[in-house]
Amino acid sequence: MPEPILKVSDLKKYYPVRGGFFSKPVAWVKAVDGVSFEIQPGENLGLVGESGCGKSTLVTVVLKLEEPTAGKVIFDGHDLFAMHQQELRHLRKDIQIVFQDPFWSLDPRLLIKDIVGEPLKIHTRMGADEMLSKVEELLEMVGLPREGTFKYPHEFSGGQRQRIAIARALALRPKLVVLDEPTSSIDVLSQAQILELLKDLKDKLGLTYILISHDLSVVNYMADKIAVMYLGKIVEYGMAEMVFNQPAHPYTKALLSAVPTIDMQSLDDIATLEGSVPSAINPPQGCRFHPRCCEAKEICGQQEPPLLDLGDGHLAACHLRQMLI
Amino acid sequence: MGNYFAIENLKVNYKTFEGEKQVLDLEHLALDKGETFGLVGESGAGKTVLALTILRLLATPPGVIAGGQIIFDGEDLLGKSQKEMGKIRGRRMSMIFQDPMSTLNPVFTVGEQIIRVIQHNKKVSRKTATQDALTLIERVNLPDAANIMSKYAHELSGGQRQRIIIAMALSCGAEFLIADEPTRNLDVTIQAGILKLIAQLQKELNVTVLFIANNLGLVSVTCDRVGILYQGMIVEIGTVKEVLKTPLHPYTHTLLNAVPRSKQAKIDLSQVGLMGKLTESVAGCRYYGRCLRKVERCRVDAPLLTAVDGTHLVACHRLHEEAV
Amino acid sequence: MKTNILSAKAITPRIREFKLSLFLLNRNKLTRLALIIVLLLVVIAVVAPLVVPYPTHIDRDNNPQAKLLPPSSHYFFGTDELGRDIFSRVVFGTRISLETAVLAIALSLLIGIPLGAIAGFMGGFVDDFIMRITDIFLSFPSLLLAIAISAFMGPSLKNAMLAIAISWWPWYARLIRGQAISMRERQFVKAARAIGTPPLKIIFGHIVPNCIAPVIVQASMDLGGVILTLASLSFLGLGAQSPTPEWGLMISTSRNYFLDAWWYSFFPGVAIFITVLAFNLLGDGLRETLDPKTRKL
Repeated sequence: MPEPILKVSDLKKYYPVRGGFFSKPVAWVKAVDGVSFEIQPGENLGLVGESGCGKSTLVTVVLKLEEPTAGKVIFDGHDLFAMHQQELRHLRKDIQIVFQDPFWSLDPRLLIKDIVGEPLKIHTRMGADEMLSKVEELLEMVGLPREGTFKYPHEFSGGQRQRIAIARALALRPKLVVLDEPTSSIDVLSQAQILELLKDLKDKLGLTYILISHDLSVVNYMADKIAVMYLGKIVEYGMAEMVFNQPAHPYTKALLSAVPTIDMQSLDDIATLEGSVPSAINPPQGCRFHPRCCEAKEICGQQEPPLLDLGDGHLAACHLRQMLI
Repeated sequence: MGNYFAIENLKVNYKTFEGEKQVLDLEHLALDKGETFGLVGESGAGKTVLALTILRLLATPPGVIAGGQIIFDGEDLLGKSQKEMGKIRGRRMSMIFQDPMSTLNPVFTVGEQIIRVIQHNKKVSRKTATQDALTLIERVNLPDAANIMSKYAHELSGGQRQRIIIAMALSCGAEFLIADEPTRNLDVTIQAGILKLIAQLQKELNVTVLFIANNLGLVSVTCDRVGILYQGMIVEIGTVKEVLKTPLHPYTHTLLNAVPRSKQAKIDLSQVGLMGKLTESVAGCRYYGRCLRKVERCRVDAPLLTAVDGTHLVACHRLHEEAV
Repeated sequence: MKTNILSAKAITPRIREFKLSLFLLNRNKLTRLALIIVLLLVVIAVVAPLVVPYPTHIDRDNNPQAKLLPPSSHYFFGTDELGRDIFSRVVFGTRISLETAVLAIALSLLIGIPLGAIAGFMGGFVDDFIMRITDIFLSFPSLLLAIAISAFMGPSLKNAMLAIAISWWPWYARLIRGQAISMRERQFVKAARAIGTPPLKIIFGHIVPNCIAPVIVQASMDLGGVILTLASLSFLGLGAQSPTPEWGLMISTSRNYFLDAWWYSFFPGVAIFITVLAFNLLGDGLRETLDPKTRKL
């Protein structure tokens, strides 16, 4: 069994809620509350969940853009949290991220050549000419015209800016690319183009993706494995097709049936999930999803279900499913 | 058909650094009373500009209404003064926006805001308005109305805020509602609840809804008829069944095919090019640059919406020829 | 060879942006007027000694026979108590005021921007430390500081400029700090960190260029204020010294001859008024131009 490219163990990230005269923490927002997973090289992971589930915080901490509260991250054999600043900076060339917001993820005051060239400037000793031709190459690779190097971000559409962000992420030929909702803020057509582009690039450059989205169909299309998150924890994990076609956890089911598609005729065909996401400061007792779950039984309010294998590598944190094995 | 609300030959331009560009060129759009009409288009296609123009809220400058008519219940809205429009907005026509957070005033409680809207449009006492507000909040399925009244916008969830906005929009008897992507910023599990609420209220109050969306799935479950907007031009109109099951315009085909279905089915991008920025003017059909079925005529002559089959209209030279 | 083409291509988009800014500035009539006046003042400041009728009256010669003459075709603004042509001196005063004000502001920016940007971006202890220093400097009024510096180093134009710079920088530091705090949450800053860009490069390469707009607006409005402060300091004897033709100094000297020679204090006063007004209006106009919300294109 080859070494995983990324191994996350019991990762936690709590934010303090300060109060009192001396600003002492009076409570903690448990944004990520014990997440563990592994990614094999070449295997794409899809991270799905709605707002407040902790998926963006998870990757921010994995990339050490924020300090973790607990846990371990091993990337390509290196323990990220135990590294010095210098070493870590050096390692950043291998793990890159594309953000959601196409408008603010590019510095509006810089020309494209400087934006896409920034990783090259930081990590290599390329001359200006060499850098420019590398940037042009990268733009071509993402389907943009070479002349784009001398333009400003605002001269491009949302979809095009995401391509620029992808070009920037790929400048140093990383091994792992995290895509945080890369197509949520752009149109359906641009989304389609970007997804196809990402698939192409994965094959061409031998990349591994972590794709975050609230859209299960996008994740199903792009990922090999899917992890569904709810309130800081993974509630279901498995092969993409399994999770998408035979969801085990009630939350995943709710997520899938809440999306309107063109095959549906009326509003009765989409499922409503009652209530709203509870506070991450005081998550519900027992199973975090039980207050909103239509199948909840007594045990669900008392004991928190662990993430267990239901067979075939399909994991779910649900008492009811686990009782069947 | 379509005597209740109709848009004819509406042309809206935008003054930019490089001159005046055409942003909307709507040949024809008509709604019956009580129906839900979906308007689908990508961002930049002009959907919000249209919504704002209907309510005469478009900033002019830099916007310029260059011609056309918007007929609402027999009167042309474009001929009215802002004062007259003020009487229509809120009382007869209303609008819900995409982002509930920026629509609500952060320094007042939501209860206060509803009360003010009611008092502005109906000359009633504060006591009556408060009572009305409480009833409204319950009507939008928010339990514990009195408690909600005293909360500020940031203390509520996205779904709750949007319900408050819907309550405000329908507080004064509006009969025409424009919903501009009301669920865009909401989680998908909350979205269903909001859509069902809008549908429920629409039935109860007999409201006509113009539902602006950027995806066809939404329109499929909420609307009776749909119009496809491309760069300010309507390229296809028909019942939801017609347009989604038997799409005619190449752009509609592309939109339908662009959603990722299963792992194996590769997304069909054969018809897609890059959409230009909205403010580029073109003499002929606006879809010319991206279209794979174009002929010489399409470059110089903008096609008109023509009925291909009763209620199903399309703006495409090739399709007109084939239908004839 | 290739690098030449490189820089030419890089300039074109920037020229476009500049043209756009000019276009926006010109839209408002008042701003256009202010822009013209400011440009005129700059031109005057540059060519002053070459154009004035009595260049030697600026700071060398006297002409005691012609003392305190009213405005005439020989002496457009009249003469002062030493017979010097007030017109020449007022015109040259433009150069002094502008030069000194620009230097004072430049110095303030040089100190204030880095401190504010670092404080805003780093947060925590660094932020607190820098802000306390800022608070200390903020509690000194420029007047007090000027008096202290003059007492220490002797009154002069240069020392007045220093005093102004030292009392002005905290405002810019505060301004930039606030901007930096909101900028550091932006995704392009996170992206830079994810790439591995060192913090200083992020601060000066990404954050500062994006925060600079309100600072530019403030600085252009402050130019008017600095000129006024300079005039006040000179008026009190703490800035420019005789025979330097600084406007405030001229007004100060004119106090003794106020009733007999109205022109002596009038023309320097008008000069101050027009200059300060022009910069204030320009600053207002710049704020409109640089505020992305009003740039709806």
